[in-house]
Amino acid sequence: MTMPYYVAPEQVMKDRAEYAQKGIARGRSLIATTYDMGIAIVADNPSRSLHKISEIYDRIAFAGVGKYNEFDQLRVSGIRHADTKGYAYSREDVDARSLANLYAQYLGQVFTHEMKPLEVEILVAELGSGPHPAQLYHIAYEGTITDEDRYAVLGGETEAIAERLEGEWTAGWALGTALNAAVSALAGPDRALVGSDLEVAVLALGNGRRAFRRLVDSELESLLG
Amino acid sequence: MTLPLFSTTEDPGPNFAGLIRRLQVPVHPQVAAASGAPSTGPGPGEFRHGTTVVALRFAEGIVMAGDRRATEGHSIAHRAMEKVFPADRYSAVAIAGAAGPAVEMVRLFQTQLEHYEKVEGVVLSLEGKANQLGQMVREHLPMAMQGLAVVPLFAGYDLARETGRIFTYDVTGGHYEETEHNATGSGGRDARTTIKLGYRVGMERDDAVELAIEALYEAADEDSATGGPDLIRGIYPLVATVTAAGFEPVPEEEVAERFAALIERRRAEGRQP
Repeated sequence: MTMPYYVAPEQVMKDRAEYAQKGIARGRSLIATTYDMGIAIVADNPSRSLHKISEIYDRIAFAGVGKYNEFDQLRVSGIRHADTKGYAYSREDVDARSLANLYAQYLGQVFTHEMKPLEVEILVAELGSGPHPAQLYHIAYEGTITDEDRYAVLGGETEAIAERLEGEWTAGWALGTALNAAVSALAGPDRALVGSDLEVAVLALGNGRRAFRRLVDSELESLLG
Repeated sequence: MTLPLFSTTEDPGPNFAGLIRRLQVPVHPQVAAASGAPSTGPGPGEFRHGTTVVALRFAEGIVMAGDRRATEGHSIAHRAMEKVFPADRYSAVAIAGAAGPAVEMVRLFQTQLEHYEKVEGVVLSLEGKANQLGQMVREHLPMAMQGLAVVPLFAGYDLARETGRIFTYDVTGGHYEETEHNATGSGGRDARTTIKLGYRVGMERDDAVELAIEALYEAADEDSATGGPDLIRGIYPLVATVTAAGFEPVPEEEVAERFAALIERRRAEGRQP
């Protein structure tokens, strides 16, 4: 009988992390930022049907980068979790924090126990209400969770994008300004992104019970001015 | 709670009812169909009953209305019950029958429509929504056989055909599309007659709302389980329209004014109010 080669746990984790990071870096990036009326999410995604951004519940949205089938499975399970919770308890009892924790636990578990880590990075955004500010929960492939109340950048080359956005970011800016800044941060100095290259959605106050809304076509064009 | 993840072969897809069955969230107690004859079910005095609801088509969409009374046998259980609900943005559902399971069915139906929309990224067709509700009524049949029947009325604006459509149901889940109007519940017969007499194809919105109100008024006059306008407490039937602009409740003040005008008009004409 042959003995398997010993591989140090540090090495195993490092290899897995590298594998996941490579997968994520191959895809395009995404920015979520708060603005005066809520949260805007802008993704570099030319597809009109394979969405990276989605509605989860009344005030909660989901966004993912990396491998589509993997984050889409997470998206659907998030909707299932939220709808089941809202049905069993009440609509007010559905919150982003508990969902973000579940995602983090699941990603962490897959990272350590499964053959292959998930090549995804996801965002759970929740519109603020009353004294609670808007929350952006950023969950990485290995289950690390961070919460932001300004902006979050997901995907490859996040540092460069975040650096470009940091200089522009202002608290309580208007939607048009926020979108233009996010788009130029995503594009970088050598590229130009137009409306048809983008998937944009907002969680906005004043949209009624379901705060999620996609911005498309002429509405998006006029905002990007 | 854990993250609801399923293997690809066991995935319930966009079906919310299938999902909660799989997660074993209790829906409502399933009374076994074979456990006894209908006479062993609860008597009419032991559970709440909701009554008359009407729906009719007008030029731009549909109007739906329902009285507010719930009864337990011969006594009034609730004076301000809501029986007309938005099912989603472009459809409405109204209920008659055993109140507990009916309200629960509406909640499940609303969640189901929204769940489908979010998971699939597209909205179900109006026909698809009507079929879904039919399945829920059908699953409820064992309880209907025990005396806890739920008979909904479903109507909405069909965005593809650009017209309002109305669907009625029976306890077996069979559903039938109505061409112009219908009413269900214990006062349904009186409401239907009133609508039949006043109905014109392609009516305006205001006339349709007026006719729905008159139908409920007549039903409440003849049927003890249907509540009329409660002028003392200020409780009026719920009226809503669904058009290309979506579900819109008719403001309570407008309903109150129309009732007042109806009574006034009848007095002036020398008819009994």
